[in-house]
Amino acid sequence: MQATQFDLPGVDISWCPGCGDFKILDSIKLALTELALTPLDVVVVSGIGQAAKTPHYMRSHFFNGLHGRALSNATAIKAANPSLEVIAVGGDGDMYGEGGNHFLHTVRRNPGITNLVFNNMVYGLTKGQASPTSQVGFRTPVQVDGVHSQPFNPLATALVLGAGFVARANAGDVEETKDIIKQAINYRGYALVDIFQPCVSFNKVNTYAWFKENTYWLEGHDEKDFERALALSVSDAPYPLGVLYRGTERTTFEGSLAAYRLDDTPLFRRGARREALKEIIGYMSV
Amino acid sequence: MLAYPFPRESEVSCVLSGAAGLGIQTVEDMLARVVVDSGLCVFGSREYMSRVRGGNNSTELRIARSRVDALVDRMDILVAMSRNVRVNILERIAPSTVIIGDRAELGTELDDAGGVFVQAPLAELAAEAGGRIYSNSVAAGILLGILGLDPARAGEFFVKRFAGKKPDVAERNTRACNAGYEIGRELVDGKGLFGKASPDESVGRALVNGSDAVSLGAMAAGCNFVTAYPMSPATGVLSFFSQNAERAGAVVEQTEDELSAINMAVGAAYAGAKPMVTTSGGGFALMSEGISLAGVVEAPVVVHLSQRPGPATGMATRTEQADLELALYSGHGEFPRAIYAPGSIESAFLLTQEAFRVAHKYQTPAIVMTDQYFVNSFYNLNPNDLAMLDELPPVRETGADYRRYEDDPSGCSPFGVPGFGEGIVGADSHEHDEVGHVYEDFKLRKRMQDKRMRKLRGMSDEAVAPRLYGPEDYDALVVCWGSVIPIFREALSLLGLERTALLAFEQVWPLHSSTGGLLERAKRVITAEGNSTGQFARLLRSHTGVKASGSILKYSGLQFSVEEAAQRLSEGIAGKGGDS
Ligand SMILES: Cc1ncc(C[n+]2csc(CCOP(=O)(O)OP(=O)(O)O)c2C)c(N)n1
Ligand code: SF4
Repeated sequence: MQATQFDLPGVDISWCPGCGDFKILDSIKLALTELALTPLDVVVVSGIGQAAKTPHYMRSHFFNGLHGRALSNATAIKAANPSLEVIAVGGDGDMYGEGGNHFLHTVRRNPGITNLVFNNMVYGLTKGQASPTSQVGFRTPVQVDGVHSQPFNPLATALVLGAGFVARANAGDVEETKDIIKQAINYRGYALVDIFQPCVSFNKVNTYAWFKENTYWLEGHDEKDFERALALSVSDAPYPLGVLYRGTERTTFEGSLAAYRLDDTPLFRRGARREALKEIIGYMSV
Repeated sequence: MLAYPFPRESEVSCVLSGAAGLGIQTVEDMLARVVVDSGLCVFGSREYMSRVRGGNNSTELRIARSRVDALVDRMDILVAMSRNVRVNILERIAPSTVIIGDRAELGTELDDAGGVFVQAPLAELAAEAGGRIYSNSVAAGILLGILGLDPARAGEFFVKRFAGKKPDVAERNTRACNAGYEIGRELVDGKGLFGKASPDESVGRALVNGSDAVSLGAMAAGCNFVTAYPMSPATGVLSFFSQNAERAGAVVEQTEDELSAINMAVGAAYAGAKPMVTTSGGGFALMSEGISLAGVVEAPVVVHLSQRPGPATGMATRTEQADLELALYSGHGEFPRAIYAPGSIESAFLLTQEAFRVAHKYQTPAIVMTDQYFVNSFYNLNPNDLAMLDELPPVRETGADYRRYEDDPSGCSPFGVPGFGEGIVGADSHEHDEVGHVYEDFKLRKRMQDKRMRKLRGMSDEAVAPRLYGPEDYDALVVCWGSVIPIFREALSLLGLERTALLAFEQVWPLHSSTGGLLERAKRVITAEGNSTGQFARLLRSHTGVKASGSILKYSGLQFSVEEAAQRLSEGIAGKGGDS
């Protein structure tokens, strides 16, 4: 990996050797570097889980909050200061399980943030229970008879909720993943990249080899074709990789806020509006 | 029940009762405006059922020549707009209560009530004025006639209120009101109770309720980020900010749930916004993990917690003060927090600013506790009496060597935000090092925990002192917090006891250092609060060692009235009573 200004020297990374997270971290740092962003432009926001440790392993502003809540934190940070580049990262359990409701509503809200989900189809940090994307039949010490529930489909869900940018990548393919992350960051609005990530310790089914065999990179796909994107999103293995859908950009959450209608200063620079306050109290007197 | 001595010349208590949808709110607003424009004072308090249509709600208007700010049971005049008057109103009817109603609507329902019944053809007069929906204005007109207030002011109000509608809406309301006025005037032989009232310049003209006061206080402090999930009785603050988002320069969002509301607030605080969330107990319970997050990332967030009876969904539109311990202990782990409980509109305005000041200075959550009674009560005040604190200092630029959690004797690290300066700004829900990175080290853990907890010293030194009303050389001390304060203050002055004082707490955590001494000086301490277990008494005992000798508790869902407070105080102080 080439050196970038997002490297954090001397950091003790607690991921297992061989984990797909390392490759995703590389892709993120490369993408940011190629977009000519600096650590001062970017806030990496995460929840809890192995994937959610990412901001501790790179150099940039970061907010590492609670399990499942990264999208709420990220949306607010973007709304408080729209000039920040906000990237929310986490695992499939974090984003789709504990944070499932926030996931749904963040897509609807459409903040201008990038959402990277490291999808290893298992709970890594808590040592191998099923996650919402685990496949039916997947056995774990908790799901002893194998998973019964249907896996959550993040891409189809995001599409039907109106997400403007929906993509899937594969951790093993650093170059392609980096490229998709760049496009996601450049997309003005909520952008989802679900990244297949092998967990070498707790998922012995969905391995590097399995992901290689069960995926293919889209070629010649029309990213504007919503119906095709939807069909691709619900297809079984082999799973398509690439940008499934890129819609026309619509007003972002922060772009629709009355707070910025007359004034685009970020909130941290705003003082109390005491003249307006007096005016409002004045109305209460007549 | 203790009878309230009623100096007719100086004060009248009117209650309007009727089904939701009958326009009680409109006439309540109108009467309050006219009363104030006439140079009088008004206190209004509302109680309502948890339903959108039907049922019976009531509103009490105390009209007086000088400031009134507490709920009374006494009803001098009851206007009953619809049948099925609820028992909490029926119980308050005294032989002296003048009941105004239309038999066509009420039937014989109030015939056996203790008061004087005045038959008023509300429906008929309303129909003549343009439709039955105007009967609320007929009723209001009757009140104006009895009070001796100028109905022309009502006309002006209607023109303003219905400015956006067809002109005949204001006209019909005015006509209905005038018809009622004539009836009212006849009832008092043209000698309205406040006939001699004339506009008094010294009377405050701003009509502000508890919810407005919290909102305005937040705005005065520079609050510019409000998130909430609707929940009675806390939603008023969300509506206020939604309606004033552009003017206040505030980001306002109704979130998918309370978890998101508080987590957005914490994220916004990290980015330098001045956030507030507003909720009730059920929502606050859900926010608990986010409160804990604010504690560890050291985020200045303000929470407005407007209480209603619990557990769980409890009584959605009723009042209680039973979430003190929830506020005190919510969130896992240990971290400092400040809790305020305003007792007056002016205090709510000031203390909400104080909550922002302390939350920002100490970078930790602050909670403003109100309740349904408080947010729905209003009185008129002078805007100049709303005290403004200094503005919060601007955020400082970070240097390249910036460390978010730098150790500091005060416990308060330098506050920086991403996007302003050369420094990297980190925040972490785990235990972390000075830069904010997760780092498992037992010495570091202790250093960081000590740093955070050290803030409590400064917060205690700056705590709002409890206020003493009454003699300094008291034997008995009545202690209360939050919304019940003015009620017990009035009850005590009514009783005229010589060596009894009231100690009123508007900051309930951390407690001011004078607390222990003030309690120890009393021979008897009686606590009064709106819950069933005496939560504040317990807090006082655990922090001062002083055990109250009696407690006056109410948890029916209704607020104490002045009369009830006086009755129970007189029993309590005579040593007969208390509930504990
Ligand atoms: C409220 C809460 N519940 C549970 C946990 C425990 N927990 C930590 S990480 C995790 C799941 C992580 O799975 P995933 O998001 O898929 O990330 P991975 O570790 O696989 O990268 C859980 C359940 C927690 N930290 N907080
Ligand atoms: S447990 Fe799995 S996801 Fe976590 S670091 Fe190890 S391999 Fe990666």
